[in-house]
Amino acid sequence: MKQDIQGTIMFDGAQAQKGLALNKMCFSFNDADNRAAFLRDEAAYCEKYGLTPAQRAAVARRNVLDMIEAGGNVYYLAKLAGIFGLNVQDIGAQQTGMSVEAFKAKLLAAGR
Amino acid sequence: MAQIVGGVGTTHVPSIGNAIAKGLQHDPYWKPFFDGFSVAHDWLAQVKPDVAVVFYNDHGLNFFLDKIPTFAVGAAAEYRNSDEGWGIPVSRPFPGDAAFSWHIIEALVADEFDVTMCQEMLVDHAFTIPLALLWPGADNRPVRTIPIAVNTVQHPLPSPARCYKFGQAVGRAIESYQQGLKVLVVGTGGLSHQLDGKRAGFINKEFDLWCLDRLVGDPAALARCSTREIIEEAGTQGVELLNWIAMRGALTGRVTKRHSNYHVPISNTASGLLVLENHVQAELRKAG
Repeated sequence: MKQDIQGTIMFDGAQAQKGLALNKMCFSFNDADNRAAFLRDEAAYCEKYGLTPAQRAAVARRNVLDMIEAGGNVYYLAKLAGIFGLNVQDIGAQQTGMSVEAFKAKLLAAGR
Repeated sequence: MAQIVGGVGTTHVPSIGNAIAKGLQHDPYWKPFFDGFSVAHDWLAQVKPDVAVVFYNDHGLNFFLDKIPTFAVGAAAEYRNSDEGWGIPVSRPFPGDAAFSWHIIEALVADEFDVTMCQEMLVDHAFTIPLALLWPGADNRPVRTIPIAVNTVQHPLPSPARCYKFGQAVGRAIESYQQGLKVLVVGTGGLSHQLDGKRAGFINKEFDLWCLDRLVGDPAALARCSTREIIEEAGTQGVELLNWIAMRGALTGRVTKRHSNYHVPISNTASGLLVLENHVQAELRKAG
């Protein structure tokens, strides 16, 4: 599929292939013990799942756009964001370069 | 014979689970959303379905990206929810109807829809939250359930036209079951929203309202959209509309709208509710 919708990366085969390690790590966060293990030693946990350097850097910087660029799928990344106590408004604000309050105001305005 | 009494489309945003757990139904943020369900509750109390067939998409609880089925049908006596990693409460299990599931699977494969068959299947918030909205109360399990997972995550997705035809095949499968059951069909997710990328926060009220209207009287028009068009108009996760299209496909009789509600925003999402009645018996009587 053409990736020509502005501000949007389609989660196609190429993205899924690129993001497999990162998404697999995030899938493991369905288990509370794994979330705790990540928090105890983040670098070791990323190493265990074989994250690429770009994926590791994106995770270390908590940068969602970079995680998506590196093949992350947002449904899986949301499990990682949850570990840091971030919800979808927080990550929406980060990706759009807005404050969380401004992002929420934008959502409210969309209903009018 | 089993009879399809109607269909419901509803949003399945995870934070609804937290709102229910915290009893926020009358909170000003949540009230316009939850109030929309009272008509659905009255209607369900009246029609009393025995089974709910639920089209939804898994968000990385039961399926991982190593193996993604396009259409997967549950065939279990019970469906469990589990920790999804983002802090919403885990639901009690939902009863299944394995014999009915196997009938549907047999009929679908005979109808050239070669579905994945799941004797064990964890159900995520996209299944549990709509049922909690339709039948409130943590222990309220008045219906048996059949989950049908549609891939709305890993492209290539089944096209809107394919999902509509799949829904029609599920409708035929349900109606060919020899038990005198009343069946509700549910489609979950949407409406417009986008969680990822620089376009995060995208909502399209005009398109959503057009969809709610088309789903009642002209679903084929919606099914003619391409996946790309739906993503452009409804956002990357707004494509969960595929579950609603499948639900509508399963309504094989004359369809009328009982109720709809639309409220923006719930979390990052435009929330929608649509309650449709399926008038099969009346049409049969007329024909006879």
